[in-house]
Amino acid sequence: MSYSVKVLDHYENPRNVGSFGKEEEGVATGMVGAPACGDVMKLQIKVGKGGVIEDAKFKTYGCGSAIASSSLVTEWVKGKTVEQALGIKNTQIAEELALPPVKIHCSILAEDAIKAAVADYKKKHADQVVG
Amino acid sequence: MDFNTDHFSLFELPPGFRLDAALLDRRYLEMQSRVHPDRFASAGEAERRLSLQWATRVNEAYQTLKKPLARAKYLLHLAAHEIGSENNAAMPADFLVEQMEWREAVGEARAAGEHHQLEHLHHRLQREIRERYDELAVLLDDQHDLEQSADRIRRLMFIEKLLIEIDDAMVACEE
Repeated sequence: MSYSVKVLDHYENPRNVGSFGKEEEGVATGMVGAPACGDVMKLQIKVGKGGVIEDAKFKTYGCGSAIASSSLVTEWVKGKTVEQALGIKNTQIAEELALPPVKIHCSILAEDAIKAAVADYKKKHADQVVG
Repeated sequence: MDFNTDHFSLFELPPGFRLDAALLDRRYLEMQSRVHPDRFASAGEAERRLSLQWATRVNEAYQTLKKPLARAKYLLHLAAHEIGSENNAAMPADFLVEQMEWREAVGEARAAGEHHQLEHLHHRLQREIRERYDELAVLLDDQHDLEQSADRIRRLMFIEKLLIEIDDAMVACEE
């Protein structure tokens, strides 16, 4: 199977690889894993005032498509509010990267990682939302 | 012989995770010699096709029962219990963190060409895999706890993949 040019670009030059410091303000983490293929994905968002995502980082152990999908979403979530980030759908990721049908699950994993990171953010900031 | 029988009945073995591997091997070889297409080389077209279908069926059943993870998944399939392997949110965060750490350790050892370290990781993981299959045997055969079994199977899907990655890394270091 051959990867699309965009997948190769993200795979060879992944954006925003790494982690934020544990104590950094506004950092939330989404950890997801796909039992079907054994891929593990960590997506971190750094949320500033007004719930806007200022920065994002990822670490993915998996195939090229999984790495490209998570690299792409770190670019896409930046500048969005957490609610807007939840609007990113796996179909958009798959379309942007021209993923073949057998790799659609990689884009689903990336979407689930965003949901998990936002859920973690909301959990950590539940008191602020309520108060 | 009946095409619709389950894999255990096919080899006349009691269904269960604990399995007499030597007996499975023996029954497989017996059946394979009976249905092997070579034996039907001079038979009619229909008979030859049927023997090929049987040989394929016997092979598939053997491969499924022989490998513990495939056997465990098959037992849940027979019990009509979903494993949930398509659910990305099914894994607890601490398990995923641990998996990430293992993969980081493998990646570092591979990058540094530390074959010895990879061997160490391989042995550590194999010990863990053995313990996990022992636990799964109790859950499946003794406690018949399908929910917990599905959870352990999902974990083993990551761990078996990790073992392949360690072995790949060892090969890469040898090259």
